[in-house]
Amino acid sequence: MWRDALLVAGRDLRIEARSRVATSQVAPFALLVLVLFAFALDPDTGVLESATPGLFWVAVLFSGLLALSRSAALDESDGVRDALRLSGLEPGGIFLGKAAAVAVQLLALQAVLAAGVIVLYGAEPSGVALLALTCVTGTAAVAATGTLYGALVSGLRVRETLLPLLLLPTLAPVLIGATRAFEAALGGDTLTRGWAWCGLLLFFAVLYTLAGALAYGVLLEGS
Amino acid sequence: MTANPPDVTPDIPAHTGSRASRILGVAALAAIVLATLYGLVWSPADVEMGDSVRLMYVHVPTAVFCYVGCFITTLASGMWLWKRTPGWDVLAGAGAELGLVFVLLALATGSLWGRPTWGTYWTWDARLTSTALLAVLLVGYLALRRLDLDPTVRSARVPVLGLLLVPNVVIVSRSVEWWRSLHQRATVTTLDPQIDGDLLVALMTGFLAVGLAFAWLLLHRFRVGWLEYQAQRIDLDEAVAARRAEAARRTGASAAAPAATSPEPAEAVGS
Amino acid sequence: MKPVVHFGAAVALLGRFPALAGVDLDVARGEIVLLRGPNGAGKTTLLRACAGLVPVVRGEAVVLGRDLRRDPRAVRRRVGLLGHATALHDDLTVEDNVRFWGRAARADAGDVEAALVVVGLDGDLRDVPAARLSAGQRRRASLACLLARRPELWLLDEPHAGLDAEARNVLDSLIAQAARQGATVLLASHELDRAESLADRVVDLVGGMTVSPPAAAASHPGVDQTAVEGLEPHRVA
Repeated sequence: MWRDALLVAGRDLRIEARSRVATSQVAPFALLVLVLFAFALDPDTGVLESATPGLFWVAVLFSGLLALSRSAALDESDGVRDALRLSGLEPGGIFLGKAAAVAVQLLALQAVLAAGVIVLYGAEPSGVALLALTCVTGTAAVAATGTLYGALVSGLRVRETLLPLLLLPTLAPVLIGATRAFEAALGGDTLTRGWAWCGLLLFFAVLYTLAGALAYGVLLEGS
Repeated sequence: MTANPPDVTPDIPAHTGSRASRILGVAALAAIVLATLYGLVWSPADVEMGDSVRLMYVHVPTAVFCYVGCFITTLASGMWLWKRTPGWDVLAGAGAELGLVFVLLALATGSLWGRPTWGTYWTWDARLTSTALLAVLLVGYLALRRLDLDPTVRSARVPVLGLLLVPNVVIVSRSVEWWRSLHQRATVTTLDPQIDGDLLVALMTGFLAVGLAFAWLLLHRFRVGWLEYQAQRIDLDEAVAARRAEAARRTGASAAAPAATSPEPAEAVGS
Repeated sequence: MKPVVHFGAAVALLGRFPALAGVDLDVARGEIVLLRGPNGAGKTTLLRACAGLVPVVRGEAVVLGRDLRRDPRAVRRRVGLLGHATALHDDLTVEDNVRFWGRAARADAGDVEAALVVVGLDGDLRDVPAARLSAGQRRRASLACLLARRPELWLLDEPHAGLDAEARNVLDSLIAQAARQGATVLLASHELDRAESLADRVVDLVGGMTVSPPAAAASHPGVDQTAVEGLEPHRVA
């Protein structure tokens, strides 16, 4: 299964490398979201600085939706779906591979957003270990959950509107936890509590990774 | 096919009532009357909250039975994936629909309660917020059910989403509660008030009334769903026969279709 | 000897529509069988049912010794389906595509290379992204993906469509070669002249049901006897 996961992850990332959608469209979109927040929240009032952790993760979620939607679209066409079912690849492995590919893209995206936030909002990072681990666990949570939900809506005409409706309420705990952890890292709360929130993210990521690996086979068959 | 027009087939009942459901309905009505009397007339107003506590007698049971509906959906989805008998799918849908109705009632009554208590219709109280998210989760699940999907597709995706419903609800409400507890001042006026004595009796009657109403609605909704499923199965037999007849017409030979008219019992055709 | 494919009064559904309403079919190992019939007769559905992609809800369906009604996934790796829709990723090159699908089926680099050579895409075309291929080249690339997997049962849905004369000849000799080496071939085609001379027998499908008894075995005039080495079907345990 791990071999299959690696194969699929490699394929997804290679497609991304060739088409460059993440770099040329999703990343600029993420930065655009940051800029729009600045328009909406008026940089002079200090709201932007205090809201930075939340805005960062909202931007991650919205951009993540795009990346996940694209990941689901890769395997949507009739021919590819049939071929995947016939290929003999372990469905759990396909899931892990796709989630891993999205996770890599999201982590790269977060690096861009972090730079954006530092430059545009004047954030001063501290508590770097907590920040990094929150990014990793939060990304894993979003990637795993999103890949599972992407499979739930893949191939449907209403995929574009249904995916956010299903995914965002489910990811609300991730948004809450990641934002609180960031706030703690940036000095707004005790570090222990920040780590506790990070633990929640880890639990969420593990839960949905397992759920996705188990359910992907069922979902692939019902296509 | 037989000479009877399809909609007068003796198998299909004219309505979803039965002796059991009528008894249940009468009991529910009686309980509602009782709860109304207790809630509005016979029980005293609360010391701190005043008359607005009476909304609690409806709000708390509706919230609880919304959770029951979600639980039914998740359980039925799991059974549907395991046993593949279509009744479970019908039950899952019924549970979610009722869950949505009851959660909207809970939100409405909670919001109405909030007006005199907090001064606003909405506050980011833990319970209210997580209940609102629960409503959105149910809307999403029902949106997926509503799509006109290929039965093979449907029988895979809908139960997986249904199975995720209760875990989602649990994680979301736990996270929201933990989050809000960091900021909430200790206050008596929460949505989980301490209730005892006469007020407790009123709450219990509220539970009884809401519970019986829930059961009655669930029974009828399940039966309607089951009849819909039966109608689709009859369509399948007709469709197979029609296709064979067309094939026979095309080839000009008499349709010597073997075993065409003996439908096998209860094929799970994935709807 | 047990047939490779055995269908008895099989009914299969596409959504709620019984695309197959009663199919009787027996195919022996090494046979090349042509499925013939008008549009909408269910040829594509039958091929996909043999691959276990479409559930058979009534009757018997046994492929490569496995009961498809009980476990549709049992034969997946051992069959190769060349359908209407190609399984190529538009952004990947021909070589990337064949390599991915080949490695997914545990093929090694040699199988992948041989497949590319046979279909004639091992030259400059191997580095072209699939989106920029012509229809015929896409067909050939899809065929290469199937060849790299070395399946025991070939399911070909209108395989000649979009191919030029030379490619068609190559395909025909591939099919004949595969059958000689023990693979079984089921193909659906509207190119009746070419396909009928290639096939051992013909099965007619009308309105989701098999109709006429199998035609007498035909010889194979005009098929190029170019031998293609190294692509015998795998026997997966």
